[in-house]
Amino acid sequence: MIRKLALAAVAMLMAAATPMMGQAAELKVGFVYVGPIGDFGWTYQHDQGRLAIEKEFGDRIETTFVESVPEGPDAERVIRQLAASGHGLIFTTSFGYMDPTLKIAKMFPDVKFEHATGYKRSDNVSTYSARFYEGRAVIGTIAGMMTKTNKIGYIASVPIPEVVRGINAATLAARKVNPDVTTQVIWVNSWYDPGKEADAAKALMSNGADIIMQHTDSPAGLQAAENAGVFAFGQASDMIQFAPTKQLTAIIDDWAPYYVERTRAVLDGAWASQDSWKGIAAGEVVMAPYTNMPDDVKAAAEKVAADVASGAVHPFTGPIKDRDGTERIAADAVADDGMMLGMDWFVEGVEGDLPK
Amino acid sequence: MILLDPRPQPSRALALLSPVIAIVLTLVAGGILMAAMGKDPVEALSIYFFQPFKEFWLWLTLPPGEAEMWLYTPSEVVVKAIPLALIGAGLAVCFRANVWNIGAAGQYTLGAITGGWIALSAPDGASGIWLVPYLAAGALGGMAWAAIPALLRVRFNANEILVSLMLTYVAAQLLDWLVRGPFKDPAGFGFPESKEFQDGFIMPVLVGGTRLHLGAVLAIVAAVALWLMMTRTMKGFQVRVIGAAPRAGAFAGFSQDRTIWFALLLSGGLAGLAGAVEVSATVQQLQPQISAEYGFVAIIVAFLGRLNPIGALFGALILAVSYIGGENAQIMLKLPKAVTGIFQGMLLFFLLACDTLIHYRIRLAAPGRA
Amino acid sequence: MENFFFQMIIAATPLLLAAIGELVTERSGVLNLGVEGMMLMGAVSAFAVANSTGSSTLGIVAGAGAGLLMALIFCVIALSLLANQAATGLALTIFGIGASGLIGQGFVGVALEPLAKLSVPFLSDATMLGRILLGHDVMVYLALALAAGVAWFLYSTRGGLALRAVGDNHDSGHALGYNVIGIRYLATMFGGACAGLGGAYLSLAYTPMWAENMTAGRGWIALALVVFATWRPWRVVAGAYLFAAVTQLQFYGQDWGLPVASQFLAMAPYVATILALVIISRDVNLTKANAPACIGRPFRAER
Repeated sequence: MIRKLALAAVAMLMAAATPMMGQAAELKVGFVYVGPIGDFGWTYQHDQGRLAIEKEFGDRIETTFVESVPEGPDAERVIRQLAASGHGLIFTTSFGYMDPTLKIAKMFPDVKFEHATGYKRSDNVSTYSARFYEGRAVIGTIAGMMTKTNKIGYIASVPIPEVVRGINAATLAARKVNPDVTTQVIWVNSWYDPGKEADAAKALMSNGADIIMQHTDSPAGLQAAENAGVFAFGQASDMIQFAPTKQLTAIIDDWAPYYVERTRAVLDGAWASQDSWKGIAAGEVVMAPYTNMPDDVKAAAEKVAADVASGAVHPFTGPIKDRDGTERIAADAVADDGMMLGMDWFVEGVEGDLPK
Repeated sequence: MILLDPRPQPSRALALLSPVIAIVLTLVAGGILMAAMGKDPVEALSIYFFQPFKEFWLWLTLPPGEAEMWLYTPSEVVVKAIPLALIGAGLAVCFRANVWNIGAAGQYTLGAITGGWIALSAPDGASGIWLVPYLAAGALGGMAWAAIPALLRVRFNANEILVSLMLTYVAAQLLDWLVRGPFKDPAGFGFPESKEFQDGFIMPVLVGGTRLHLGAVLAIVAAVALWLMMTRTMKGFQVRVIGAAPRAGAFAGFSQDRTIWFALLLSGGLAGLAGAVEVSATVQQLQPQISAEYGFVAIIVAFLGRLNPIGALFGALILAVSYIGGENAQIMLKLPKAVTGIFQGMLLFFLLACDTLIHYRIRLAAPGRA
Repeated sequence: MENFFFQMIIAATPLLLAAIGELVTERSGVLNLGVEGMMLMGAVSAFAVANSTGSSTLGIVAGAGAGLLMALIFCVIALSLLANQAATGLALTIFGIGASGLIGQGFVGVALEPLAKLSVPFLSDATMLGRILLGHDVMVYLALALAAGVAWFLYSTRGGLALRAVGDNHDSGHALGYNVIGIRYLATMFGGACAGLGGAYLSLAYTPMWAENMTAGRGWIALALVVFATWRPWRVVAGAYLFAAVTQLQFYGQDWGLPVASQFLAMAPYVATILALVIISRDVNLTKANAPACIGRPFRAER
């Protein structure tokens, strides 16, 4: 009798401890975010992707997100909790989640994992990123044509290949249309500190930069440029409301097409591990409307975007020398993905420190 | 106006009861908050607070084969509590000495750096015995960082709260520079992280299928040892006397300077040890983020434990439950993280406030007369 | 160089506002480590109100009010119920980060007109000094006026005398008939209101937007500043400008090509504070003349 009661109690507890079983959704999709969804940058855009799949699939799916998960011990637990609570597809959206994702994936072979910006895969772990440098080539072109002082200011976050690649792509494109251009880089050493991003923008402008680019998450740099009457570009989202008269365009991270595609693949039973690195052509890198610029600049920007999308032009086409004069890419060759993923040198025309 | 009447003696009943009262108050206020967010308060609070305990009970009662899966969450609570308990126990002693080490986060970071330096410079194929110098280096690193505020306080009378706090930022930048520079993994695509530690430098896991590691034993040993020291030894007596009444201590021939050194080196050493333990057990490499904020959270842990090293163990568990409850609430209830921060803040407010009941009776009176 | 100094003044203003408030709090013998949380609540409240009403004045008032209410929570727990001040302050910061995130949910990605810059005809542009000092927004001058007001209050009024007496020795202050807890409540709430203003400056003028955690540690710097300044209002002003200058150097230094890793530049303000702290603290008289002896210690009236 007592044993029966105990078992009944256990059953009740299990029911309580196994949350939300037997709901209508065919698939639960989990997201792990490195920042708050209110950062209006990297995490915000991933969350827009989550909302897009909710809209696309309606009641067939259910989504969950956990925000501000540090890239440390907590990540593993959060990913595991998502896997253990019935999520069939889990997006882990920061580089630092790479090893925890693989570890948990091994424990839950039936759950599909998608890790953003990493390079380690397995049977149930895909990796994905976007070729943001394609967008950088477009804004570089615009900057090269728009600058009067021939100085571009670049607010950079941290010196990883992703950021270095963006700086190089923009500089190469700018110098292609205007060989006198130099790019001045300032490292903020943070992805997200609105005050410092604004300070860095102002420091660059005071040094004569009349075009501001950024590879940090908040709109603060762009906003500072607007208030100083200097042209600039948005990052991650269309930030036109922060610089209605000075935003030239923005490189939008649009994860929606990829998230919809992968969610559909799981629903259809067609999901397979892969590495996805797509750009403008796939709609993952989107240019915000070209504003505040003359028609010829706009036309040139559109042409670069179209050529990059079609593959007619590769932003890293040789001959490319690094700023010490060493030839890195031979004439008429293009950089392969391996070279771009490990890029740790600046091209000619970039000024500023590159921590090794 | 709130008036407090001192009790002739601290109430033993309330010493046990006050956390219960605090939790009840948090449940009531939290329930209102959850209801305001449109969630079922009972379900929400049970997920927030009781999920780990429920699963622990399932692990105890279910037959082998079904039980194992339920151990994970409870074990994670312990994993989360380990660094908090290690740092908190040291801070409890430090604060008892009336020395205010607010910079345990920096000492934690230094412990990870010095330990990591050993781990990254060891020969290939290093065996588990290397854990001993690794952990020792971590503790020494933390002590070295804590020695700076100790020296500046003793020699120049510089406020240790501020010096230790400032050094936290310096330590974070130092780690950042190291993992982007000298410690960077050459094969890591330029990402700011070191090579992964070899197997010999990984804290042994105590229970298969979980991350419960040897650090749990270290935390318990440290807490008990410090408790014994504080209650049974001359050194502990000195610390308590100097902390409570420096002049009486000086009269008794106890050196305040030596107590400052002792308190800072002890708490710094434990914070450094915690840093080395945590890096080895969970991330297993150096990277810019190694959860250094544990050093701040441990201040709350020390006070929740009423500045008793063993109490710090419980304080650490309470904090760990509230962190993991916050994650579960995001996953199962889809509550934003901000709500869990508010909830955690309330819990701490109530816990801190209710301890007053142990020493005082509360009386409400008309304002105007003190 | 001109821009460097102009920018330094802006960067110093939120630090100055928060620090001058914390100075008053600490002078009364209370250590409130919750500055970061109070600043965030000030920032989000100011933005929300300014955005909804269109009035930046109301926004500034709301920022101060939110900081004040946060400080009131601290007062009840730490002053009335005698909980440890350091722990309560840290809990206040955790609470403030959460609460500001929740309040701010609807304001992410919303832009706001920056606070209007004042301009003095002719003088603002004529000289380099004019260009650096004039032409800021009203809160820059408000912060300076606040510092002047605090300096006057502390050293030239009976209220200031009472405040300092209570902070230096609450028992004798109590014996002299001062309402110790009442004075500390007021001082702490003033500190909260100032921290709220500091937050409001961030979300209304510095970077006119709301983003979670946008203070990014400035509350902690403000705490450092108060000690750096040995609890003297005018030194807080100087310290805030110095601190802001060192932070700016992190950016202008890269631009000017200083051959130092940016992490070491980022460390500089903190190392500078430690060094300054050592220099100031070496002179016992200097510290004793300024430091509130009762800081952080709870008080309960015996009668």
